[in-house]
Amino acid sequence: MELDVLLLSRLQFAFTIMFHYIFPPLSIGLGVLLVMMEGMYLKTRDPQYEAMARFWTRVFAVNFAMGVASGIVMEFEFGTNWAAYSRYVGDVFGSALAAEGLFAFFLESGFLAILVFGWDRVGPKMHFFSTLMVSLGSIFSSVWIIIANSWQQTPAGYHIVNGPNGPRAEILDFWAMVFNPSTVDRLSHTLLGAFILGAFFVMSISAYYVIKERHLDFAKRSFKIALALGTASSLLIAISGHSNANMVAENQPAKLAAFEGHFHTGEGASPLYIIGWPDEEAQEVKYGVAIPGMLSFLIHGDFETPVPGLDTIPDEDEPPVFLPFMTYHVMVSLGVFFIALTLLSCFFLWRGTLFEKRWLLWAHVFAVVGPYIANQAGWVSAEVGRQPFIVYGHLRTSDGLSEAVVAEHVLVSIIMFGLIYAMLFVVWVWVLNHKIQHGPEPAVAHAGGAPISGGKDLLIATANLSQPGKGHSLSGIRDEEEDNAQTEEEE
Amino acid sequence: MEFETLQIFWFVTVGFFLAGYAILDGFDLGVGIMHLLVAKTDHERRLTMNSIGPLWDGNEVWLVVFGGALFASFPEAYATAFSMFYLPLHLVLFGLIFRAVSLEFRSKSDNPIWRKAWDVGFFLASTVTTFIFGVAVGGSIQGLPIDEKFIFRGGLLDLLQPYALMVGTMAVATFAMHGTIYLYLKTEGELQERAHQWMWRTFGFFLVCYVLTTIATFEVAPHATQNFREYPLAWVIVLLNVLAIANIPRAIHLGRPGYAFFSSCCTIAALATLFGAALFPNLILTTLPDGQSLTIFNSSSSHGTLHLMQIIAFIGAPLVFTYTCIIYWVFRGKVELGHNSY
Repeated sequence: MELDVLLLSRLQFAFTIMFHYIFPPLSIGLGVLLVMMEGMYLKTRDPQYEAMARFWTRVFAVNFAMGVASGIVMEFEFGTNWAAYSRYVGDVFGSALAAEGLFAFFLESGFLAILVFGWDRVGPKMHFFSTLMVSLGSIFSSVWIIIANSWQQTPAGYHIVNGPNGPRAEILDFWAMVFNPSTVDRLSHTLLGAFILGAFFVMSISAYYVIKERHLDFAKRSFKIALALGTASSLLIAISGHSNANMVAENQPAKLAAFEGHFHTGEGASPLYIIGWPDEEAQEVKYGVAIPGMLSFLIHGDFETPVPGLDTIPDEDEPPVFLPFMTYHVMVSLGVFFIALTLLSCFFLWRGTLFEKRWLLWAHVFAVVGPYIANQAGWVSAEVGRQPFIVYGHLRTSDGLSEAVVAEHVLVSIIMFGLIYAMLFVVWVWVLNHKIQHGPEPAVAHAGGAPISGGKDLLIATANLSQPGKGHSLSGIRDEEEDNAQTEEEE
Repeated sequence: MEFETLQIFWFVTVGFFLAGYAILDGFDLGVGIMHLLVAKTDHERRLTMNSIGPLWDGNEVWLVVFGGALFASFPEAYATAFSMFYLPLHLVLFGLIFRAVSLEFRSKSDNPIWRKAWDVGFFLASTVTTFIFGVAVGGSIQGLPIDEKFIFRGGLLDLLQPYALMVGTMAVATFAMHGTIYLYLKTEGELQERAHQWMWRTFGFFLVCYVLTTIATFEVAPHATQNFREYPLAWVIVLLNVLAIANIPRAIHLGRPGYAFFSSCCTIAALATLFGAALFPNLILTTLPDGQSLTIFNSSSSHGTLHLMQIIAFIGAPLVFTYTCIIYWVFRGKVELGHNSY
């Protein structure tokens, strides 16, 4: 059997990036919630908020480590599997990458140390600052990587010159590259998707605790904070989604046609398929339920102008339809579901009966799967919809491959990734489950320390706060106390 | 700034990130290499792992930034090097993933088999990763079959020349020594005693590798010494390197581990500088008669991009420096186990 390097490399990239993308959205979403919780703690001094921040930080840390480990792979893979693509885009991505490394990666990984390990080494304000920096860092890294990816979708601010190895893109206008036509829409959509995941994740575990009647105060408060973020983000992402669709219609009509299974332009208004099964052979959507004229209304704002279909695109530039259509529709349907579920929960929260509705809590326990699928599906539709180009309109995916790589090596690395990621995934789920079953530490002043020393710790923490400059002189006393506490609870 | 000056600036900067990575991740990789030898009991192994616990993640970012800076400033070299080292680099990736996972998950269960497995995994992953980094450096010094369009025309065996394997071994020796000194600095009692013994042994191992590799470099890669003939000032680096190495046993003997660690940091920095001086202005040397070496001049990004990145670097560097200092300050002192530990 002849092994196809292109197909294998695409599979490898899809597999590794999808595995990676399990983790960063949760880091981003959970990071925002951590800032909210710790902010509440600083404001109210209620130890329950500190217990919340500490517990969710531990979950955050496991998730973050997985994100880092699977993320380094991505940077390497551009060079190992897509060398020709790297030569082509290097000059354009250069500044974005430099900025991502310097501003984002150092920021998040550095302050993560204080966030996770520094609870007893720095004062509450410094700790809050670290949490804020980690959250900002994770958002920054999404900014730069989405600028780069958006440039691949809608290139701007560049020209094509002859490099040492054939044509390549060179940057002309940095800000035009940064604010290329799709950056803002895609960035806001991605971030909101991440916020929804973070919110649904916290709601899922909290709902589970409420059902099991464990850590009730902790769980209810976590749920409410997450519900606030989840509801706001679910509503906003609908607006962002509409704006995205219009942006795609304008800049990548072939992709929009693939999303909507819009094979034939036809005359008059174009229909919008709610569900369906696109058949690329027959060039039609089978078993479809469509709203007549709706696509024209969404894109053009009227029920007359047709939206260009795939028949306007040269055959060799046509993206596949089945996968973008399906993933796009899954994403949109899930988005509607998120709005329904969060609004319903808000309603019952307002009525004061939310935490008695066991069916709704169970729905929340399982609903966390939704944002995971929606985030993945959204990216699949965005990336497959860009095909057959790797840089839209300029470089074909088949021309982006490494020149020197042989199929067998790619196959070996896919198998290795498959094994190591499967193991990683199992261990991740296991550790996460362990953390969830273990639950938060009881809310005492300085959770985790021995209750006797708790009161003193609070005094010292307060003293630290009132005299921020003298924090270090007191840390010695605190260390001693912790030692006593630790010898008791040594594993 | 002139285009050529910018290209040299970015060569130095990329080298700086590589040196920073070697110094910083060097000690935590070294801790991994020495994990089974220095730490014997479960408690000690938790201590060694936690001595790098808050830091390894930030240290690894230097590799990401090195890769990013190379991609950004010399995309041709990034593309050629990374696709050429396809399998070795994937091994590095698996090694780095495994390290992260073993650090994170070792203490999650009390089962001794579970912990032992992650201990061995942590050791193996650290050692293999370090070894391959060395092999890649060795290959770049010796030269590789690159054609006139910057495409690698060899196979796996071209990457595994004896000289490259030797540099790989030396990398393991260097990081082992570096990590042991770090452990000595960070631990107390019996564990520190054992680190002290291993400090001498790893230093001896390093010294042997250093001498042998130096001799081999003269034999195998005479072109690597060309810059030293052209710019005699470069011998200053060699001198500093020798002084830094000689200072390690002196500091150990004087009982000043911080000084020893500083000397071993300087040793690694000097080795990285020697590597850069041997390469300049090449990035990847070709061994093919009709091939073309990748130099900093023929494989860089455009003038505009290099200039833009320089501005970004000048804004970002002070920030990175400030918070790196803050974090090392917060986590100063001996390692202790608490409820936030691995």
